[in-house]
Amino acid sequence: MKSLLVCYIDGSRFGYINEDSVHQPHIDGFETHKRPPLKSRPMEPLERYRPIIDDFEAFRAACERPLGITARVNPIAATPGQAIEALEADGITVEQADWNPRVLRLDTTSPGSTWASFHGFIHTQEEVSSVPAVVIDPEPGDRIFDACAAPGGKATQLAGLCEDRGTVVANDNNLGRLSALRFNAERLGVTSLAVTHQDARNFSLNPLAFDAFDHALVDAPCSCEGTIRKNPTTLEQWTESRVHTVAGVQKGILKRAIQATRPGGTVVYSTCTFAPEENEAVVDHALTETNCRVSPIDLDLEYTSGVTEWNGDTYDSSVEGTMRIYPHHNDTGGFYVAKLEVTDE
Amino acid sequence: MSGDKLSEENVGQQFDRVPATDDERTVAGRASRAEICTYFEDRFGIDPAVFDDYTFWEKGAGKIWVYAGESPSPAAIEALGMTCLRTRQEHWKPTTDFVQRFGRHADDCVIELEDDQAIRFAAGEDQEIDWDGDWGYLIAAHELAGSLEPIGVGLYLHGELRSVVPKGRQRAID
Repeated sequence: MKSLLVCYIDGSRFGYINEDSVHQPHIDGFETHKRPPLKSRPMEPLERYRPIIDDFEAFRAACERPLGITARVNPIAATPGQAIEALEADGITVEQADWNPRVLRLDTTSPGSTWASFHGFIHTQEEVSSVPAVVIDPEPGDRIFDACAAPGGKATQLAGLCEDRGTVVANDNNLGRLSALRFNAERLGVTSLAVTHQDARNFSLNPLAFDAFDHALVDAPCSCEGTIRKNPTTLEQWTESRVHTVAGVQKGILKRAIQATRPGGTVVYSTCTFAPEENEAVVDHALTETNCRVSPIDLDLEYTSGVTEWNGDTYDSSVEGTMRIYPHHNDTGGFYVAKLEVTDE
Repeated sequence: MSGDKLSEENVGQQFDRVPATDDERTVAGRASRAEICTYFEDRFGIDPAVFDDYTFWEKGAGKIWVYAGESPSPAAIEALGMTCLRTRQEHWKPTTDFVQRFGRHADDCVIELEDDQAIRFAAGEDQEIDWDGDWGYLIAAHELAGSLEPIGVGLYLHGELRSVVPKGRQRAID
């Protein structure tokens, strides 16, 4: 069956959703209702978040501004100083992010045509995309699972934070996208990556040398609302039923990642969407179905707490400890991050 | 194929850890760890100790991977670490990505390029360059951010340095 397009903040990707299972309001030549197509009102799906976003007008305004180019320094190849020197030698002005000196804001539209990129000193990556690996905060030697790893920005970042010592299992269910992941990993000089091609919901550790991970990242396929600044057409395909469909997939992936992680380990769940159905509701489901609890996140970024009520549903109060990053907070894309600690029972 | 019985032939779709030495070889034509380290040392002057914390694997005939993590052997998996070397041919050939990752440890068969030569090399162009050293595969490098940075693999023959940077890795540097 053909797959619908779902995406990550790094770009669009084919994911787990079957076209047949998703409601489509417009089929060629057959209008199913009389409202104008979403194309002419691209921001409309975001109106549903007016009740939970404090400064909604600032949020809307930020969503309509294009996103700047950012890159992450790859510590396997270079220090931030070396990367900045190489970029400046190519005539590019560089600004380091306050919260993370390895995140560089660049005044160029073609970061790939630089020596810094060619040598793997930098990897072009949206600023908020570098948050989840920093929240995991791994150490050299760790065994880490990246459940939905392609195209590899976060998996290679995890390897870099481990000084390329340890094992990062980078998994994805799409072979084509795995080849992009492999290309990125090799360009960045990562030698600690083991690449697997499995459905993360039923991930088997049988091909591996161990039976539990120290940490896991679930950067889940999502409805991508938070990428609107990079992909202005991203909401054209938006439907509420699609949000619910992808949430089911997300729950399955997060549950399996928690089961595959040892007690005391950290599992980070992230999306690039605002929908509580895909964020707090998924974490709430994991809190009920698996052995884990929410851990506090300490990052010098502006954000708001997770919501505990949405559309008549209530979530475990501890989801307040998860992080909603809106585009107007730090002039980035939108993002959601939850840090979970796996418990014995 | 069971994990406790050594393979007798190369199986294209799985990763097999290479034998430590030629004496331990059970698969015809498979390079040993000792041979691989000796090649990098003899050709490029890379100290074998650089690879102390790495293992070498073969998947596909002659394609060698270098890996820092844990894995059983054989491994039915998409990738382990990075491709580093093509063996099972007369002249072994290191990969561009390996050279960028480990080439800083090399002090032999490294050809230093000027800025304009480096740009042409990264774009995949062949160029006539004087070179007094051995012919064959060289590491092309240039000065960047205060150090000599390996760009990729070049093939030097008859006064010409051919860039063998793979098409997907070639870049037009501004």
